[in-house]
Amino acid sequence: MFPEKATIDGITEAADLAAVQGRSLWQDARIRFFRNKAAVASLVVLILIAIFAFFGGFIAQYERDFVDFSLMGRNQTEGVPSIATGHYFGTDNSGRDLYARTVQGTRISLLVGVVGAGVAVIVGTLYGAIAGYFGGRLDGIMMRTVDVLMSIPFMFVLILMLVIFGRSILMLFIGIGLISWLDMARIARGQTLTIKNKEFVEAAVATGVAPMKIILRHIVPNLLGIVIVYATLLIPGMIITESFISFLGLGVQEPNTSLGALISAGAGQMQYGVIWQLLFPLFFFVVTLFAFFFVGDGLRDALDPKDR
Amino acid sequence: MLSYIIRRLFVAIPTLLVLIIISFMLMFAAPGGPFTSERALPQAVMDNINARYGLDQPYWKQMFDYVANIVLHFDFGPSFQYRDRTVNDVIAQGFPVTLTYGFWSFVVAILAGVSLGVAAAIRHNTWLDYLAVGVSIGAQVLPNFVMAPILLLVFTLWLGWLPGGGWNGGQWQYIVMPVIALSTSYMASIARITRSSMLEVLNSGFIRTARAKGLPTSRIIFQHALKPALLPVLSYLGPAFVAMITGSVVVDVYFSTGGIGQFFVNSAFNRDYSVIMGITILVGALTILFNLLVDIAYAWIDPKIRY
Repeated sequence: MFPEKATIDGITEAADLAAVQGRSLWQDARIRFFRNKAAVASLVVLILIAIFAFFGGFIAQYERDFVDFSLMGRNQTEGVPSIATGHYFGTDNSGRDLYARTVQGTRISLLVGVVGAGVAVIVGTLYGAIAGYFGGRLDGIMMRTVDVLMSIPFMFVLILMLVIFGRSILMLFIGIGLISWLDMARIARGQTLTIKNKEFVEAAVATGVAPMKIILRHIVPNLLGIVIVYATLLIPGMIITESFISFLGLGVQEPNTSLGALISAGAGQMQYGVIWQLLFPLFFFVVTLFAFFFVGDGLRDALDPKDR
Repeated sequence: MLSYIIRRLFVAIPTLLVLIIISFMLMFAAPGGPFTSERALPQAVMDNINARYGLDQPYWKQMFDYVANIVLHFDFGPSFQYRDRTVNDVIAQGFPVTLTYGFWSFVVAILAGVSLGVAAAIRHNTWLDYLAVGVSIGAQVLPNFVMAPILLLVFTLWLGWLPGGGWNGGQWQYIVMPVIALSTSYMASIARITRSSMLEVLNSGFIRTARAKGLPTSRIIFQHALKPALLPVLSYLGPAFVAMITGSVVVDVYFSTGGIGQFFVNSAFNRDYSVIMGITILVGALTILFNLLVDIAYAWIDPKIRY
């Protein structure tokens, strides 16, 4: 019934320790995150992929748009991946170095994901926080707009945009940015609704802080945890969207490339027995997505108190 | 109930209008007209072409006529690139194909996903559960455009069981791979959703009561637990529909099935605005209609919803 003396001592000791070193929410989250082995491993993998994407070009033996005419058409026998020829991942059907192209494709795919998530974080968070904080009719109109936009099949509109304004990476970024913030706005609004009734917001209102300043200084920092989680989980979706469009040939244009375009090209070549042209880009695509999912999952466990 | 349906319609119609206006604004914002080509045509010819397609009218009138034609005559206008083909022809040719494999993908995704999810929930923390979770995580990183080449590689090139593409009047051999490619990732999502909601339902009070009464497990699952557990699945069907119709573009391109996706992508390369717009609006209307049906079904099934 009664705890042992030693246990009580232990508890007081622990309590003293806690009193001495308080742990912030973020430290707590970091500890929880690093305890999750799958998430940490995925984070390491992501860092490696990012290093590959941004610095891998330095060890490439060929420029990504260098066409080796002597290999063209003899890809199946001469373009095999090998260290000796310098084509680490082999060559593609036009005699270009697949290693250099995979590096570039991975870089573009990562950029698309990060830019999409960035737009979602900035626009979506502010939009959701404003709608949630002011509430009432403004909230109704703003969120109904999101509902309306969400029920439009955006991939078709995005392709329409790419056709009309020309196919370029910039257009792709704009299009993906236009879609990505919708989910985030909903999440941020929901979270704002609970935060805005907390005492510290009340105190800010009572001392006469302007509404926009309350949103920026008091609400948004408290949304940050959940925003980071969902931004991470959003990135794979953005990468898939971009790859989807590039797979159709409507996205990134030559000589630039992305993982989707490389997978598409590789898929067209596999009937000639050139399997590596599909497998290398596919490997980076799948591993990147997996890593983002696991990191996002780990962050959710660490930061989102709802799901625990 | 009726007032709820009417209220939902009041949201659905503006949504469709927004879609039409966005598409039109994009088209008007385009640099050059649809007939701008590298070889400059004489002004008289340009004027005639513009008059033929109604492009000499003010913008609002073009948009109004376009919408009126669709609503009153179900007429999406002529194609801008092929004189002998209207957008209606394209839809009539491609849509039944898309509908056929889309329907089967939906059926497969729901049946397989729900069974997998329910099985995983009943056998919680056994190998079956881990398998289901593993499959649903794996399928997330295998979107349809990755599935399609892999299927082709395995079933056509290695095993030689299935034809690599085409439609051939919709014989089953030609439907199998499109359906698998299209349904896998949604099956996985449905399985995940079913599993978590089923676990929640199985832990709730009324299931414990049913167990305490001594009802057989099969009856508890099918008569008591399944219906509340499937509600989240129902609300997932709306997004799944959008995603599948988007995915049909890849299936059409990759397996040459000849659905509307193929026409869509071809028109995107040809800058055939009227076909792209017609398909976008048709798909948008279908999506909005489907979401409406899902919402109504949800309100009808779930007694907790007040409308």
